[in-house]
This record gives sequence, C-alpha cells and structure tokens, in this order.
Amino acid sequence: MIKIKNLCKSFGEHLVLNNLNLDIKRGETMVIIGRSGCGKSVLLKHIVRILNPDSGEIFINGENIINLDRKKLSELRMKIGVLFQGGALFDSLTVGENVGFLLLEHSKKSRREIFKKYVQEKLAMVGLAGIEDLRPAELSGGMKKRVGLARAICANPELILYDEPTTGIDPIMAAVINDLIRKLHSQLKVTSIAVTHDIKSAYKIADRIAMLYQGKIIETGTSQEIKNSSNAIIQQFIKGEKEGPIK
Amino acid sequence: MKTHFSNLKNGIVSIIEYFGGLTLLLFRTIFWTFAPPLRGKRIIKQANKIGANAVFIIFLIAGFTGMVLALQTAYQMRKIGSEIYIASLVSISMARELGPVFTALVVAGRTGAAITAEIGTMKVTEQIDALETLAVNPIKYLVVPRFLASLLVVPLLTIYADFIGILGGGLIGIYKLGIGRNLYFRMAFQPMVYKDFFSGLVKAFVFAGIISMVGCYEGFRTKGGAEGVGKATTASVVISFILIIAADCLFTAIFYFIFP
Repeated sequence: MIKIKNLCKSFGEHLVLNNLNLDIKRGETMVIIGRSGCGKSVLLKHIVRILNPDSGEIFINGENIINLDRKKLSELRMKIGVLFQGGALFDSLTVGENVGFLLLEHSKKSRREIFKKYVQEKLAMVGLAGIEDLRPAELSGGMKKRVGLARAICANPELILYDEPTTGIDPIMAAVINDLIRKLHSQLKVTSIAVTHDIKSAYKIADRIAMLYQGKIIETGTSQEIKNSSNAIIQQFIKGEKEGPIK
Repeated sequence: MKTHFSNLKNGIVSIIEYFGGLTLLLFRTIFWTFAPPLRGKRIIKQANKIGANAVFIIFLIAGFTGMVLALQTAYQMRKIGSEIYIASLVSISMARELGPVFTALVVAGRTGAAITAEIGTMKVTEQIDALETLAVNPIKYLVVPRFLASLLVVPLLTIYADFIGILGGGLIGIYKLGIGRNLYFRMAFQPMVYKDFFSGLVKAFVFAGIISMVGCYEGFRTKGGAEGVGKATTASVVISFILIIAADCLFTAIFYFIFP
C-alpha cells in the first residue's frame, strides 16, 4: 500500500533521512523503532505531507504523493488518521468537536448527525462515551491520547499513523492504548504505521517492525525476527544497553 | 571589524527574510480570504474577542488623552487668548492621529499578543500539524478570521476613540476653561473636513493589517515550549508597535505631501 523510495530530508546541516526505503503492506501494522530524535516523526510527517522531502518518492496506493496538488492532497489527508504524541487536541473546541472535526469541516452532514452517528460511536470505541461536552484541558494525558485516537478514526480512514502512542503516560494506560490499537486494527482492518521508542509497545502492536538508524531502515521483520536479529545495533536498542555500536 | 560586518550582514538578511515572510503571509491570507467557504461565525467570534473587551480600555485611554490634550493646549492658547480653538485642535488631533494610533497600540498590546500566544501554543503542541492532517489549511482556519475581524473592528474602535477623546477634551474645555457647550462642539466638528476623518480611518485599516499579520506570523514562527511562546509574544508586541509608528509616519507624510 505504501512504498517509500530513497527519501532524503535534512534540516540545515543535519541529515535526518538518508535514502530511506520502506514498503508497508495493506492491512498490516508496521512499527518503526529508533532512538529519540532519529527522524521517526519526521518520516511520519512526510507520509501525510506536512513535510516535503529534499528528494525521494512516497507512493500510496500506487500514486506518488509528493507532487499532489492542493485538492488531491486534501483528499489524501481525509483518508489518513493521525494520532499525535500529545494528542494535539484543539483547546478552543470541546471533545466532541475535536473528534468530529474532519466531518464538521468537510462533510455536508448536519452537526447533530455527525455527533450521533460518528462522534459518540468513536468515543465509545475508545472507552470514553459521554464526554463530548468536556474541554481538552479537563482531560488526563491518557484520555487526551484516546480522544486523539477517536479523532483519528472518526472518518473511517484507510491508514492510521501513530506518533509515540505510549509516550508520556503510565504503564497501565500504555497497555490500554496498545490493546486499543490492536482492537481497532482488527475491527477496522486498516493499515497502521506507529513510531515509538517503547519496545514493549512495539512487540504488542506490530505485525512487522522496522528499525530506523542514521536516516535509514537498517532491518525489517516480525517481532520474533527482530528479537533474534544478529545486528548489534538492534540488539543494543531492544535490550536498552548503554554500551554498543549506538553512541 | 570583519565580525561587525558579518553581524550587520546577518542582521540585514534577517530583516529582509522577516518582511518577506510577513508579505507572503499577507498574500496567502488574501488568497484564502476569497477561497470559499467564508465562515462568518469565526469572524464574529474573533471580532468579539478583539472589540468587545477593548471598549473600556479605549474609553479610558482616549478620554484621558482628550483631557490632557485640552489642558496642554490651554497652557499655550491662554497666552494668546485663543482657548476657543482648543476644541478644533483636540478633534482634529484625535481624528487624524491620536485616535488611530492609540487604538492600534491598545489592540496590538492586547489582541496581537493574544493571537501570537494562541497560535504559538498551537504550533508547539502540534495542533497546527493536526489541522493540516485534518485537511484544513491553517491560514484559512486561523489567520483569515483574525485578519478580517481586525479590519472590521480596529476602524470601529478608532471612530469610538475619536469621539471619546473629543468628549474628554470637552470635559476640560467646558467645565474647566469655561467654553460654552454648544460652542465647544461646534468648534470641534465645524473645521473638520472629510479628509481628516478618512485619513485616520485609512491608518486604522493599515494598523489592523499590521497587528493581525504580525500576531499570526510570530505565532507560526514560534519554536520551543512555553519559553518560545513567551518570546514570540513579546516580539509580536514590540514589532507591531514599531511598525504601527513607522506606518503612521509614512501615511502622515503621504497625506501631507501627496494628498494635501
């Protein structure tokens, strides 16, 4: 479904993505692991075209998204749901307006219908039924992530991108989010890409895992294959060891 | 010496870059203003934020300015026995200069700072990225309503400030200097020509554009966390103040030399 070819991106002198190549199949959950600041979020932002690459191509459903015009880009974005690290909920709107934002902005359906058919259903899916009138400031970190997730799935996207879904929340809430991602994956049959440095979370949610290091994907495989990898960089990262090739 | 030249060069490049970015934002905002749909509710919400809450502050500032102006001119006019002209001086000064400038400075200090803080916080908490992923253009959603609301509200506040200033001057003129009430208001409004009033309004439109554009631009440029938002907010107020005074100088010169 997604093919990334020779993607390069630098910020000033700092080369973040260096000829990165990655294939993601339809319906799978791909988890990209790597150290903080290694370019995982930058990669996600390229897939939804918030960032433009210096060079390289990204194909989604066979179409190169780098040269899309404004209208086609809008259509593409409506098919992609994104969960941001801190939820990125709009402070000035209620939870319900946040969850139904895409439909409220783009569909001709009435506000009442959107709330009844979509917002309430998606909030119930993430275990937060009945909170649509609250403000984001009244929610805990875990609740914000779940509301962010409800917003990401509200318009039934084909692809969901998760940016550090378990960062900044307690381990129990992290387990809840991981279960939720698995549940949504099996219920909605969507393709998912998650970036994380939480290796436990990666094992739980991934069909396949890819390791990003120095701007390149250095290995791709199932959780078991990654655990058994002979690559010293991967072993150091998944074991969380101080000594090793990663400095 | 070489370092000084290098710093100067970098400084000039930064200023050019800044004004380039600001101009680009203005063109984009104009483009998105005419791209449907135009959501009236958002403009009214912003107009309410900018206008309703500034009414009392402008009442105080314009009122006191009118009073001070009357007192200061009385000091000179008394010497030549021309207190009667205080009313004209207050009204024309308020309409042409002080009304638009003080209103703009109040709005820049209150609303410009608030616009930067709000958009800056949205930037550092990825809410602007979220808008884009939800297929909504941030300029259309955030900048256009603030821009249009400013263009609508700042001139209205300016007219209000003009009248309050004249009334403030009237308090001194009528009750302290003994000018008759009817005479004061006749002397305030009779010498005023349309140009006096409209030159002030043209300035108010320009100042409204400066406040909204600088406020939004600084918000979009915000980097880092809470500290970045604080710095951007300060920069927004300082730059707006400088540009308002510079634009005031330019437009005063244009109205004096080109359209006398």
